[in-house]
Amino acid sequence: MSTTPPKPPGYQLPKEHYLNATYGLRSWLLTTDHKRIALLYLASVTFFFFLGGIFATMIRIHLLTPAGYLVTPETYNKLFTMHGVAMIFFFLIPSIPAVLGNFLIPLMIGAKDVAFPKLNLLSWYIYITGGCFVLYSFATGGLDTGWTFYTPLSSVYSNSAVTPAVLGIFINGFSSILTGLNFVVTIHTMRAPGMTWFRLPLFVWAQYSTSIIFILGTPVIAITLLLAGLERMFHLGFFNPALGGDPILFQHLFWFYSHPAVYIMILPAMGVISEIIPTFARKPIFGYTFIAASSIAIAVIGFFVWAHHMFLTGESTYAALAFSLLSYLVAIPSAVKVFNWTSTLYKGSISYDTPMLYALGFIGLFLIGGLTGLFLACLGLDIHIHDTYFVVAHFHYIMVGGAIMGYIGGLHFWWPKITGKLYPEFLARLAAVILFVGFNLTFFPQFILGYLGMPRRYHNYPPEFQVLNVMSTAGASILALGYLLPMLYLTWSMRYGKVAGPNPWPATGLEWTTASPPPTENFDVTPEVDWEPYDYKNRPDLGLGTPSVPSLSPAHGDD
Amino acid sequence: MQSQLPFYPDQASNFAPSVDSLMTFLILVSVGFSVIITAAIVIFFFKFHRKSKNEIGVPIHGDMRLEVMWIVIPAILALAMFGWGAVIYVDYRHAPQDTLDIYVIGKQWMWKIQQPNGRREINELHVPVGRDVKLVLASEDVIHDFFVPAFRVKMDAVPGHYNTMWFRPTKAGRYHFFCSQYCGTSHAVMGGWVTVLEPADYAAWLSGTTGEDVNPVVAGEKLFAEKACSTCHLSNGTGRAPSLNGVYGGTVRLADGSTVTADEAYIRESILYSNAKIVAGYQPLMPSFQGQLTEEQILSLTAYIKSLQSQPVPATGAGVIAPGKK
Repeated sequence: MSTTPPKPPGYQLPKEHYLNATYGLRSWLLTTDHKRIALLYLASVTFFFFLGGIFATMIRIHLLTPAGYLVTPETYNKLFTMHGVAMIFFFLIPSIPAVLGNFLIPLMIGAKDVAFPKLNLLSWYIYITGGCFVLYSFATGGLDTGWTFYTPLSSVYSNSAVTPAVLGIFINGFSSILTGLNFVVTIHTMRAPGMTWFRLPLFVWAQYSTSIIFILGTPVIAITLLLAGLERMFHLGFFNPALGGDPILFQHLFWFYSHPAVYIMILPAMGVISEIIPTFARKPIFGYTFIAASSIAIAVIGFFVWAHHMFLTGESTYAALAFSLLSYLVAIPSAVKVFNWTSTLYKGSISYDTPMLYALGFIGLFLIGGLTGLFLACLGLDIHIHDTYFVVAHFHYIMVGGAIMGYIGGLHFWWPKITGKLYPEFLARLAAVILFVGFNLTFFPQFILGYLGMPRRYHNYPPEFQVLNVMSTAGASILALGYLLPMLYLTWSMRYGKVAGPNPWPATGLEWTTASPPPTENFDVTPEVDWEPYDYKNRPDLGLGTPSVPSLSPAHGDD
Repeated sequence: MQSQLPFYPDQASNFAPSVDSLMTFLILVSVGFSVIITAAIVIFFFKFHRKSKNEIGVPIHGDMRLEVMWIVIPAILALAMFGWGAVIYVDYRHAPQDTLDIYVIGKQWMWKIQQPNGRREINELHVPVGRDVKLVLASEDVIHDFFVPAFRVKMDAVPGHYNTMWFRPTKAGRYHFFCSQYCGTSHAVMGGWVTVLEPADYAAWLSGTTGEDVNPVVAGEKLFAEKACSTCHLSNGTGRAPSLNGVYGGTVRLADGSTVTADEAYIRESILYSNAKIVAGYQPLMPSFQGQLTEEQILSLTAYIKSLQSQPVPATGAGVIAPGKK
């Protein structure tokens, strides 16, 4: 990548596209183009990702020694709380839906925009407003309640800036609700002629399932945190037993949203993986209907497992039995996806371009994350591993190993469509490998720490846990490098990358039939769909399968 | 550390071996699945690598038999995990009869512990080998959690609630206990040591009680008189409130026709929220004691009421159906 290779003949950026159609700050801040709004989200979630990442880095440095290396206990508690709040509410939840979903759903279904473009822009402003409240909380005293805001710690005892934070998350909730609403209506009403439900890309199915959770779940967390805020500000007794409230009620309401929220984070990533694997195996996905249906099943069953976070709060034994069983039930559709993805590779024509490396990495990490979820759903084991580092490792495998690998893999896959440029392939593959190694080194030792009995959210720990903590911190420094690299070369490629052409991989989705970057109205003529999804065999327009016809693929010649 | 297996902590309670066996089962199943999936990916990786630039894969859309297989087999394994875990959990949530009851109060950021004879400890817990021990957990402020890794047990201490946990120590020694529910600034230092002693050593240790330690039953009896409980709760059942003799452990019939088991949580609720459950045949006359008693006073009263069960049960105790089975 030291010298820019010559542009492949035949490919030039289109003269006018969504990025250069209009100019100026105003044209971005008042845009109703779903693609530009996606980029607004890309910039803002990236900010929160690196903010959360800085907190994570400080946490890992602090835990190098048993006594705690870097900060005071108060500061440490604020660091892990702000890490969680920034990452979950302001990065993970909006990341794939609001960035890739916004950009791709209209393109994938052959529409000019989402159903309510102005509402879409409003969603971003609401997100930014909520984000400002939370940043205000971070800047004026910080937040030390844990991202779970358990009462009465958050509503009575904490001395940190809880009120602006819960208001910020309350406000941000409306952004999720409106985005979900927009997507559901868009997918129902704006599909191009011939784009039937079972011709939809699986990414759209995943986004649809996610939107259901957005709409049904988010109001609950919003009102719950508002109630905690009201109890804090006006001493209304909802959760504080001294005022006649019940702290366990808060946990029920909180997890009623926050467990489905895990699926908000992982389902869209599963959608990304379901696009990448058939593209780089060049064959239809194995078990399309099972993958599509499993997304819906996860979204629905996911609403009935919340109290598995509460097995040791004193909830009734019968409730615990029911919620454990339901939690095992929700694992089945996830397993179905993994088996179908793996089977898709069978007799494929597999290339190992960067998005595929992320997809395979995703399968491996999600596998470990999912399987360790079975340990926590298991009543007898949860008595021991609940609230230990085992839980921390488990959900980082799902959220970082799963959701973020999916998000970064998806960013690479659609980067040529978003920017019209290719990223440097070697560096990108290197970053994918670094991320995979760094991630495992960071979080696998935490499973062992958890089983040995190290509780989570500890600013110091008994000395026998030090070796594993040092391993974890070493892994985190590799992981940090793995995140910085894509940030640098993707930014670099926007200016200096090779021109991609409309369909560099080539892939079968509608979004690849238009120019890269697409025009503001997405398609010059409304497309008509008369092919099945991922059907490489019956797509002569891709120029594959008949070696006499030259490929449309200019780059990433297979090695 | 004398762990049987690497990465497993000391086994020092009746629950430790069974939890570890379950853990081993889940690890084996997980490794099995991971090996199958990883092997498939690696084999396909080499075998189906793209040979020429324009090659496409063989279109295979799915296979119903395979789908059924990989729904049914994981479902069966999941049910096995659920069942095995449920057996341990149900055992854990139902303490056996005749336990050694120790009262544990969590507060920011220390554990106050009181032995049955009144001996107090802070961030230390002494228990005998081989005896079923039940901890009654309360909290004075936020939610805490009492966690003993070597015993493989934990339970939340929730303000406004009583939770109980039990275990039978099997090996003398000193083991960490931690607060494992995040509770604010000094959460990480809110822990201490469980000392498991041979029964004789425990008895000797227990007799080292200082003069300030008052047996909770005695303290509770005093409070029972001070707070004027005894003016209505007459022991012969003729008072305006039901006799409390033999209430603990038995079943109480309520005014609305339902019944409730009189455990620690019920006694606590009846003291603090006296109108929540009215015993059949009585009027809701009792004042609420919410906010007027410390957690320790409530525990003493509870201990005293529990001690009343060994006394003869009056015939007229209207709401009391059956005395405790103990």
